[in-house]
Amino acid sequence: MLSKEEVLRIAKLARIELGEADVEKFQKNLSTVLEYVEALKSVDTSGLEEVSQVTGLINVQREDRAILAQNREEILGQAPEIKDGYFKVKAIL
Amino acid sequence: MTNSAYKPVIGFEIHVQLATKAKMFSPAPNNPDETVPNTNIDEIVTGQPGTLPVANKEAIRLAAMVGLALNCTIDEFSKFDRKHYFYPDLPKGYQISQYDQPIAKKGYLDIEVNGKTKRIGITRAHLEEDAGKNVHPEGLPYSLVDYNRAGAPLLEIVTEPDIESAEEGRIFLQELRNIIRYLGASSADMEKGTMRCEPNISVRKPGETTLPKYKVEVKNINSFKFAEAAINFEIARHTEMLEKGETPRQVTMGWNEKNNCTVEQRSKEDAQDYRYMPDPDLPVLQFPQEYLDELRNRMPELPAQKRIRFLEEYKLPLADVENLINWKELAFYFEDVVSELDEWRSQENGLNREQLIKMAANWCLQDFSALLNQDLKNPLDSQVGPENFAELVKLIVQGKISGSAAKTVFRTMYEKGGDPSEIVEDMGLTQVSDEGAIAGAIEKVIAENPKAVADYKAGQQKSFGFLVGQCMKELKGKGNPQVINDLLRKKLS
Amino acid sequence: MEFLHLTELRKKLDSREISSSELAKYFLARIKKLEPQLKAFVTVTEEAALKDAQEADEFIGSPGENPFLCGIPYVSKDLFATRGIRTTASSKILDEYKPPFDATVTRKLKEQKSVLLGKTNLDEFAHGSSTETSAYGPSHNPWDTSRIPGGSSGGSAAAVAGGLSPWATATETGGSIRQPSSLCGVSGWKPTYGRVSRYGVIAMASSLDSPGAIAHSVEDLAHLAEIMAGQDEKDSTTGHVPVPQYSRNLTADIKGLKIGIPKEYFLDGMEEGIKQRVMEAVKELEKMGAKTVEVALPNTKFGSLVYAIVAPSEISSNLMRYDGIRYGHTVPAAADLLEVYEKSRAEGFGDEAKRRIMTGTYVLSAGYYDAYYKKAQKVRRLIVNEFAEAFKQVDLLVCPSSPNVAIKLGSAKDNPLFGYIADQLNIPGSLAGLPALSVPCGYARPADNDTPSMDGLPVGLQIIGPQWGEQQVFNAGFAYQQATDWHKQHPSLE
Repeated sequence: MLSKEEVLRIAKLARIELGEADVEKFQKNLSTVLEYVEALKSVDTSGLEEVSQVTGLINVQREDRAILAQNREEILGQAPEIKDGYFKVKAIL
Repeated sequence: MTNSAYKPVIGFEIHVQLATKAKMFSPAPNNPDETVPNTNIDEIVTGQPGTLPVANKEAIRLAAMVGLALNCTIDEFSKFDRKHYFYPDLPKGYQISQYDQPIAKKGYLDIEVNGKTKRIGITRAHLEEDAGKNVHPEGLPYSLVDYNRAGAPLLEIVTEPDIESAEEGRIFLQELRNIIRYLGASSADMEKGTMRCEPNISVRKPGETTLPKYKVEVKNINSFKFAEAAINFEIARHTEMLEKGETPRQVTMGWNEKNNCTVEQRSKEDAQDYRYMPDPDLPVLQFPQEYLDELRNRMPELPAQKRIRFLEEYKLPLADVENLINWKELAFYFEDVVSELDEWRSQENGLNREQLIKMAANWCLQDFSALLNQDLKNPLDSQVGPENFAELVKLIVQGKISGSAAKTVFRTMYEKGGDPSEIVEDMGLTQVSDEGAIAGAIEKVIAENPKAVADYKAGQQKSFGFLVGQCMKELKGKGNPQVINDLLRKKLS
Repeated sequence: MEFLHLTELRKKLDSREISSSELAKYFLARIKKLEPQLKAFVTVTEEAALKDAQEADEFIGSPGENPFLCGIPYVSKDLFATRGIRTTASSKILDEYKPPFDATVTRKLKEQKSVLLGKTNLDEFAHGSSTETSAYGPSHNPWDTSRIPGGSSGGSAAAVAGGLSPWATATETGGSIRQPSSLCGVSGWKPTYGRVSRYGVIAMASSLDSPGAIAHSVEDLAHLAEIMAGQDEKDSTTGHVPVPQYSRNLTADIKGLKIGIPKEYFLDGMEEGIKQRVMEAVKELEKMGAKTVEVALPNTKFGSLVYAIVAPSEISSNLMRYDGIRYGHTVPAAADLLEVYEKSRAEGFGDEAKRRIMTGTYVLSAGYYDAYYKKAQKVRRLIVNEFAEAFKQVDLLVCPSSPNVAIKLGSAKDNPLFGYIADQLNIPGSLAGLPALSVPCGYARPADNDTPSMDGLPVGLQIIGPQWGEQQVFNAGFAYQQATDWHKQHPSLE
């Protein structure tokens, strides 16, 4: 089973606050998933290239043309807090 | 500065903001000069749910061009990866970058250090998107985020630790900047932040071949001068520590411009784990041979080639050549002036090309540079076109105006524009080279200044100068000094 | 009226037998009446719908001139960005989010002058196969409201099956269209990956996400595919293959069509009724002249395992952006920036999303990448290759869409593997980016036998085609629906 420290390390990386009970739950859940996928390790994949795209597309690119979007206010309107046209956040140390 | 007991080992990480019209993965404008916060944003730049990146073709072309200019290998395939971390200026929580298949790798750049060629290895150059900017109002418990820069195309260039002094570092950066500017890939302006450099510095005993166990990265450097100063500061600091038997810690320092020193930056709480993965939103990049051949064919003359040509063809002194090369726009302007002068020469025989070129270079590097620097302008933004510039040089060489009159004319050309011949005429600055008129003035001056004449004849050279001055005054400053000199000397001998 | 096909609605609108406004009002009234039972919606957009319907009525011209969807109501899975209209992904973290832009699919439907009735419920961020992970509670299966509608497009499937909308947008990552379509007895189209633009569809797992549709007939789906599909300059992963005129090309003539029956898709523990209904459907296809042959896809068993690594990895990456700064749920009382992140995400995401974020973060983290993610993507290659080989021998594959009929609400609770098992017949095709349909093919008693539904619950027939092979998938489905009337049977909710 995944250790408590390991779960906390992952939670920190993922920036999710966990309570005591959560830690235990995730120890179990993650371990279940990792056991479930264990069988993959024995599959012979020598000489196989990993898939990251199934479309086979290459060089899909956009011409360099600038478009000034017309939805600035809508975008800013979604933010929890705006100050002088900036997104406001707690002080970045 | 460098203590002889230790030798510096320096490598650079350089970020260059590419000069595209739109951003790396969205059509939002890429404008480093935008001052109103969050103007160049759209749903993609701000990472709204469901938005997707589409790569900018021009940014990829520029990156490949820089790679070729740095003698790098461009592999047939390249891809984009996601680099994950949380920071308010990073809208998606990951930066689209390139991890294990950068566009360019294994290149080099040759630089000239004290007359010797030094080869600096280029490890790799990869494309990524820039982050936004965080503003920290002093003394307040909050920060402000501006995404204008977010998503701008960045080329990150990483060198081998081949640099051995601050001076080498500066020369390398200058040469790199020149190449990037000559390619039109970026304004590569350290002050504006379109070129940012982070040196990695450590020192070791001479003769040691393994890399030191630590290195210190310095951030927040925004000029070549500061780069040099920061490197020297770090070398001294490391040397001092090592001599005391301490080992410098592997930290990130920031250059403090006010106090001329580096200051340790708050170290990140936990070791970064970026969880790189190939970006499934972006198909792979392929660089067919024909594409690369086409780029090579279109490669402009690079600063190193131009430098050699200026030295060999124009026979200019090295210092002048460097000054011209380091200002791309001026170098190009200068060549336009030269071609104007060449055209003129082809019509009128007997002119000395080298002399014309020399004079054109001097005017470019002195009066013109001074005025342009004062106004923070580039030559082509000024009112002086290369044709008029060449015309002025011609007037000087032909003796139609004096050097001091030329300065007045040039200033007028710079301020108001116009043809120098017309300005000379309008301002009545035509130089008197007519021997008859000058001889008349000389007669008069000799008659009016018998003492000075006697003194000169008695051997006092400085009286000659006085008499020339009097003649010039008589001619209202428009006399050709060379002709006055010659005639006066003849008359008094 | 509530179960009319799009083709029929088009005729009625064109002939002015009915107006768009009347249609919108009719469906809105039905939503009002049945929503308490089905809970298919996150948001009902009544006002905008009536306005759009009125505009459509003003626009409708002579028959033949009108866009196919003009004036026809629809509902959209709450994963498609709708400008200015709340789009939540059924997550608390986007509870009040109003996108500043339209998804490409939304834009295309607007251009058709479609009438949006509302946004349908889903598993939070599409993480699930039952809609039970939705922050707004589960939707209910119209055939038996004590049961799940399937998921993640459960709200869309329930809305169409219950006659609350003539059709619905939906999305698949690994079964999220086929499985709920199967469980709710409706027709669902899971497109070839890259056939329909993902732009503006809130991402789950980017290499798998395929926006599609749920409707009452394959013919309707062929029409919808024509409208929704196509290369999009805003989605670099959309294919450059031209979009055929699927509806015009539809044919029920499937004589000589070679159909593969993958034996691995008839699992040991599978409900007997499902096997029977699907084999009966295969007989039906044979009667129409199709030739069937058993094929072996031995790597099928690895599909869900690969998916259990690849999907959470991409999910953990795609959910990084929810940080409480630019949009979405935030905790203003946090002490510092770190707390803003950790608390906003802890409060905003539900258990299943957290589970997948944690799994993905783990397998991508330093030291594990090669053993998990890279390995999984290599096994994925085996699966892709295996399908490619199979399609050298056969034109289509036919199998069940789900190993079971709808299960009781709550019975999958806290099983972290539920989705991977529920979708094991869908996932391999998703990993290879293949197009597929699920069409109703009869009923089967659930394993628990506890349902008021007389004949049992709907069973779905799955038809899988080769990459970009939508047309032959549609043709087979169309032929089957010409010969059968399962798709014309509806639950009684009155």
